[in-house]
Amino acid sequence: MFWQTNFPEYQGPEKIVIRRYSDFVWLRDRLFEKYKGIFIPPLPEKSAVEKFRFSAEFIEMRRQGLDLFVNRIASHPELQQSEDLKTFLQADEETMERLRSQDTGYFKKKPADLMQIFKDVQSKVSDVVLGKEKPVEESNPEYEKLKHYIFELENHLAEAQKHAYRLVKRHRELGESLSDFGKAAKLLGACEGDALGKAFSELGMKSEALSVKLQREAHQLLMNFEEPLKDYVRAVQSIKATIAERANAFRQQCELAETMKLKEINLDKLMLTRSDKVGEAEIEYKELKAESEDSTRRFETIVRLMNEEIVRFQEQKTLDMGIAFHNFSKGQARLASSIADAWRTLLPKLEACSSS
Amino acid sequence: MMGSDNQVFEEAHVYASREEMENLVLDDDNSSSKSFSNYRSATSLSPPILVTPADSDPLLAPPPYRDLRNPNAPDNNGNNQSYIEPPSYADVIFRPFDETNPAVNEINGVESSNQFVDSPHSSTSPVSSTSSDYIKITVSNPQKEQEMSNSLVPGGNTYVTYLITTRTNIPEFNGSEFSVRRRFRDVVTLADRLAESYRGFFIPPRPDKNVVESQVMQKQEFVEQRRVALEKYLRRLAAHLVIRKSDEFKLFLQVQGKLPLPTSTDMASRMLDGAVKLPKQLFGESTALVAPQEVGQPAKGGRDLLRLFKELKQSVSNDWGGSKPPVIEEDKEFLENKERMSDLELQLSNASQQAEALVKAQQDMGETMGELGLAFIKLTKFENEEALYNSQRARAADMKNVATAAVKASRFYRELNAQTVKHLDTLHEYLGLMLAVRSAFTDRSSALLTVQTLLSELSSLQMRAEKLEAASSKIFGGDKSRIRKIEELKETIRVTEDAKSVAINEYERIKENNRTELERLDKERRADFLNMLKGFVVNQVGYAEKIANVWAKVAEETSGYANENS
Repeated sequence: MFWQTNFPEYQGPEKIVIRRYSDFVWLRDRLFEKYKGIFIPPLPEKSAVEKFRFSAEFIEMRRQGLDLFVNRIASHPELQQSEDLKTFLQADEETMERLRSQDTGYFKKKPADLMQIFKDVQSKVSDVVLGKEKPVEESNPEYEKLKHYIFELENHLAEAQKHAYRLVKRHRELGESLSDFGKAAKLLGACEGDALGKAFSELGMKSEALSVKLQREAHQLLMNFEEPLKDYVRAVQSIKATIAERANAFRQQCELAETMKLKEINLDKLMLTRSDKVGEAEIEYKELKAESEDSTRRFETIVRLMNEEIVRFQEQKTLDMGIAFHNFSKGQARLASSIADAWRTLLPKLEACSSS
Repeated sequence: MMGSDNQVFEEAHVYASREEMENLVLDDDNSSSKSFSNYRSATSLSPPILVTPADSDPLLAPPPYRDLRNPNAPDNNGNNQSYIEPPSYADVIFRPFDETNPAVNEINGVESSNQFVDSPHSSTSPVSSTSSDYIKITVSNPQKEQEMSNSLVPGGNTYVTYLITTRTNIPEFNGSEFSVRRRFRDVVTLADRLAESYRGFFIPPRPDKNVVESQVMQKQEFVEQRRVALEKYLRRLAAHLVIRKSDEFKLFLQVQGKLPLPTSTDMASRMLDGAVKLPKQLFGESTALVAPQEVGQPAKGGRDLLRLFKELKQSVSNDWGGSKPPVIEEDKEFLENKERMSDLELQLSNASQQAEALVKAQQDMGETMGELGLAFIKLTKFENEEALYNSQRARAADMKNVATAAVKASRFYRELNAQTVKHLDTLHEYLGLMLAVRSAFTDRSSALLTVQTLLSELSSLQMRAEKLEAASSKIFGGDKSRIRKIEELKETIRVTEDAKSVAINEYERIKENNRTELERLDKERRADFLNMLKGFVVNQVGYAEKIANVWAKVAEETSGYANENS
């Protein structure tokens, strides 16, 4: 099953297009391919549970997530220039469908890339088999710290998000029990009669009214507190993907550098022996050198971009969480206040009962 | 600022469990709520409205709050302005159920060493404490003792006794303070004897025997649970103005050594006794009639099987027989009340259940809020340790505020809940009492059945006598054997007439008891329920205010972000 959303375009005149969830996935994958080193904004998850997928709540959460996704891309200095973004925002549905089927997503690679992957795997396996060290990794202490930070951060955030989700549930449960309690109080009041009966009745009604408020707050909590936390977790996971990309790039660079050295040694040998293979070897060597330089450049770009991105990320997250915290605390304060107000109105009535 | 925070986070790191949150000393500008352990003493901002006179209801709105120390103090650090206009209930709510109301708590003497056992209607029971009588009972010091009698099991049968201490100024008790040791079996005896002597009264039900639990639970836990239950039971008995002066109760509380009340023998031995008597009764060798004094007791618990059968026959004839029984329950008011009590029991049961559910929901809320707070504290610590950028430090500070608020709110929820439990306990108490009501109504109907049975018997005896007389008058000179039989029959009729009078008196007595007890129950219940509602509501208001304040502060601190939100 699929479903669709509308989004107006933010650059130039307004435009509305219909996009499916898989279109967003396509955009994300393309950006991830092209802009290595940049933290691509995260997408809300595909839902595993069929039934849940059509609930109003889920759709609202997903819409919020997709909205954030597109806006973040549009406000990123480099990503906003992406051709793919322009296509995404403007193309008609047929074009999108065609592009999707040509999918060059992360998991579907071009033949050359596939070869590279095989080579990587091969070398890894042979390294292990030969008892060599584990695959080559950067030995940059600052970067190590960053990686450690990101991995730890995900754990902490996931825990916080788990409790936030439970808190939403608790609000719902408290709401339900207040509703049930209110009903029981009203019935008891009907049985008692007189002033006392009225008191129970009023209590019951207040209880039921508060139940509604709690359900509403539960929804707010879900949208404005739990979702941002989940979004934070997803963002961290996106960074992890970038970290993996950087590791790949680094490895590639190292391997090419090594291969190049070997070729250089070989070339020198050939030149010494004045072999007629020198010409061929020279050409190969030049090609390899170019590739190696390319690879190094790619890697250095990733490093540079990541350094910029991490600063942006931290600043953005402080803002995002600041807003989430503000909404959370405002919501809780408002809820508690209205609970106090509601119960308080009962007190003079209860007073009147006892004096009668 | 950072230095003092480290202690907090050290503790958060070491004590991962929820319980340890109690010990967390949260760095706090607003001294209105420190850590739980010094919460009560730290209420430096509470106005000294504490000492309320015993006869004014402390749950009422407090007099307007004036900051006595500094009426014109500007709001420099924001905390002296605590909840000013209108006066906040937050400051009042902790009074009624604390130790700080000794005057109110002493009356009726139902103050407990363990404050959470305090029954709600103890602190504000204007109804039952009309005089200055008081009686205070404490159950303590459980001890294992050995059964002295010869037993098959070597090492003997052990049982637990409890020390029951009474302090009272009621003149019917000879003395003002005394202690005895009793075992649970004695309590069962007391309950049974009271049930016999006070038919028609709403006698508080005794604690269950809990045979299964006594085997399954940990010994110490079980004994403690039982101790608490016994204390509650004895205090309820003491609160009943008639029962507290009963011989049975006095004997139980005062007489040292063995309890001088007849024990309830097993059903088995009763039935055995009765089975032995039955053939003799049927063949007319022992008296086939009910001794008048026994009529004052229900047939069911006794040894007289024949009587039991007769009454059973009568009740069947009442239900299925064609003719109306000789006398019936005609009291309309009673029948209405019975209906009402039955309805009340149903609604109470429902309300009691929902109250339990509400309490659980509140508890869960508090727990989860606390866990959320802890998670954020860990995050804060983490960010601070690894911080490379100012944005991280700022975020850590924000998180800390949220975490602190969440932990505080969690504590408030838990305190709220502890109070809620005490208040709503009234529902459970009265639900338990409905059992006593039902049994009192049963006393009435079984007494009525006895009267009906006797009346039926009387009328059939009289018919027999008439027939015999008619038959014997036809024989000239008298029929010696028949005349003898008529004499015996007339004797039987006389005795049965006596029994009938006793039974009718008993029935009327029980009816009157039912009536007065119903009145008392209605009055007390209304007062107690009203207090329960007030207490519950005040509690909710007070804590909701406190929780609102805690979050309002964080909202304030994070308000900068709101302006940036497009």
